[in-house]
Amino acid sequence: MTETMTTPTQTPPAPAPEGAAVDPLRHDSLLYLDGVSVSFDGFKALNSLSLIVGHRELQAIIGPNGAGKTTMMDIITGKTRPDTGEVYFEGRIDLTRKDETEIAMLGIGRKFQKPTVFESHTVRDNIELALKKPRGVFRAWFYDRSAEDDAAIGAILETVRLGHRAGELAANLSHGQKQWLEIGMLLAQDPKLMLVDEPVAGMTDAETEETSKLLVDIARSRSVVVVEHDMSFVRDLQCRVTCLAEGSVLAQGSLEHVSADPNVIERYLGR
Amino acid sequence: MITATVLRALDKKAYWVVGILIALAILVPLSNLLLPTGHALRVPNYMVPLLGKYLSYAMLALALDLIWGYCGILSLGHGAFFALGGYAMGTYLMRQIGTRGVYSHPELPDFMVFLGYSELPWYWLGMDQFWFAAIMIMAVPGLLAFAFGWFAFRSRVTGVYLSIITQAMTYALMLAFFRNDMGFGGNNGLTDFRDILGQPIANQGTRAALFAATAIALAVSYVLCASIVASKLGKVMVAVRDAESRTRFIGYRVENVKLFAFTLSAVMAGIAGALYVPQVGIINPGEFSPANSIEVVIWAAVGGRGTLVGPIIGAILVNVGKSYFTAALPDFWLFALGGLFVFVTLFMPRGIVGVFVSARDALGARRASARAEKGAGPDPRDGPSAPAPSRSDPDRETRTDTGDARPSPAE
Repeated sequence: MTETMTTPTQTPPAPAPEGAAVDPLRHDSLLYLDGVSVSFDGFKALNSLSLIVGHRELQAIIGPNGAGKTTMMDIITGKTRPDTGEVYFEGRIDLTRKDETEIAMLGIGRKFQKPTVFESHTVRDNIELALKKPRGVFRAWFYDRSAEDDAAIGAILETVRLGHRAGELAANLSHGQKQWLEIGMLLAQDPKLMLVDEPVAGMTDAETEETSKLLVDIARSRSVVVVEHDMSFVRDLQCRVTCLAEGSVLAQGSLEHVSADPNVIERYLGR
Repeated sequence: MITATVLRALDKKAYWVVGILIALAILVPLSNLLLPTGHALRVPNYMVPLLGKYLSYAMLALALDLIWGYCGILSLGHGAFFALGGYAMGTYLMRQIGTRGVYSHPELPDFMVFLGYSELPWYWLGMDQFWFAAIMIMAVPGLLAFAFGWFAFRSRVTGVYLSIITQAMTYALMLAFFRNDMGFGGNNGLTDFRDILGQPIANQGTRAALFAATAIALAVSYVLCASIVASKLGKVMVAVRDAESRTRFIGYRVENVKLFAFTLSAVMAGIAGALYVPQVGIINPGEFSPANSIEVVIWAAVGGRGTLVGPIIGAILVNVGKSYFTAALPDFWLFALGGLFVFVTLFMPRGIVGVFVSARDALGARRASARAEKGAGPDPRDGPSAPAPSRSDPDRETRTDTGDARPSPAE
């Protein structure tokens, strides 16, 4: 299974012309990474990484520190350009040619490892800013929040359980609540693919459990990629697990399958 | 849609600011022109253009605060846009002199005759028409800011680096305008103005009108800035200030937001400069000097960065102080200015306005806690989502801060 999912080596290195004989794996995928490498000052952060995320798939990514998990997200969201390799969204959009804003507008949302919310705005305004609306300067200037938008914001705040703190500044939220607010902002963006980096860091066990339920729920209507160290959380997600190490895929499959893999035990779990 | 945006800007504070400015625009000219000399309430002649100068500085500080306080762009070269607007106005005023110059040349200003120009340089053409000059007053600073911002923001130059480039920009312009062959009077700049819109510029009535125009321009700028700050665009600007890359990942074009704010701010600075020049009677390359631009930053910081009233108050107070100290203790002024900036940065990070807001909040919190001790509920004004009334309310305090997170005691 690992082999077939991760090494579509038949694809020619040069990008195939649009529409012509596209790799069927790429064609059917939501997100397709093939042979992606990037190095910083000689350090290979990603080493020929290949990964596929299907439509409405929930996938967890685990791996030791420095395995390239965050770098992978940087590449998908346009923050970093890969040295080599292909990154395609919806089978045809070449993400390596787009910048962060374009990629966000294509429908890829990202939650950062360190929760990043707009601290001097209220919780409600944070969601309002993220709400899927025209992003132009003048449209924003003359934007008037409709009752419909208010309802959408209210619904999202209820989903992330922050309704009672809507009027407070985001700076006053606890670490866990900031994580939730950021997930709420992602929901407001209504992306096709959500990249969630360490969502349960700083959360209590009960909150962690809530978060896994929420993510499973979200993944019913869109694809979600979760990077996490917390194994019990990953188990709760009950999804396909990819283990990265030293910039490439070490093992892939169910959590049982991956955690039984001798390579994974040696290089990650055994530590 | 547009009316809704403007109406949203007109909160209680805006009514006060606009009301005071319009009252000034009416009362100062009336008192100066109608009351007899020596009357206790008469604004003396010398003070009308002086007040007008303060208000044009206030407009410049407001323009700077729109980008610095709300968008996090610290421009250390905003004086350049002010001076360019001033030079555009100066060029118009020079063309109004006509044959009354020392050399009585019908077309060429004195300095051009002196330097041996045979005809007007192309960029002086059309500047004898006020409407054309008015367009140039806005277009020249606006286009420069647009071009500058286009490259700087696209290349993601931020923070200190951007500040240094803006400083270099104004310095380069100063050097250029010092040159005689620039065609703007070199070292001496443009002066000896006679008429503006057909009215003698030294006339007391014209001066009063210029003052009123400055007050109204400041009021309009205030409403414009308030309408931006109160809108979603204002929230996006603050988001850019506090977490630029997050804003980008949400899908906003950060460079466009910055470019818009920067260009608008430069246009406002240009108009302020154009109102300044006829009231002080001269524009020379010294206005481009980097020190001037840094002073503008101090005004905004003293008054309160990230508020719209703050820079207006700061500009007026610091300049009143400057007028006083440079006359009373000329050697002392620069030390006072430097000391003021250090003091404000250390002890009043949100300026004069910030001190008042904190005092008001602390008072409100004390009242609320007194009420709570008596057994009454929380202050109804605080709304349902108000935090525990017993602790001082840090929410409003952090609102304009550069996102310094304060841990909430609930954790």
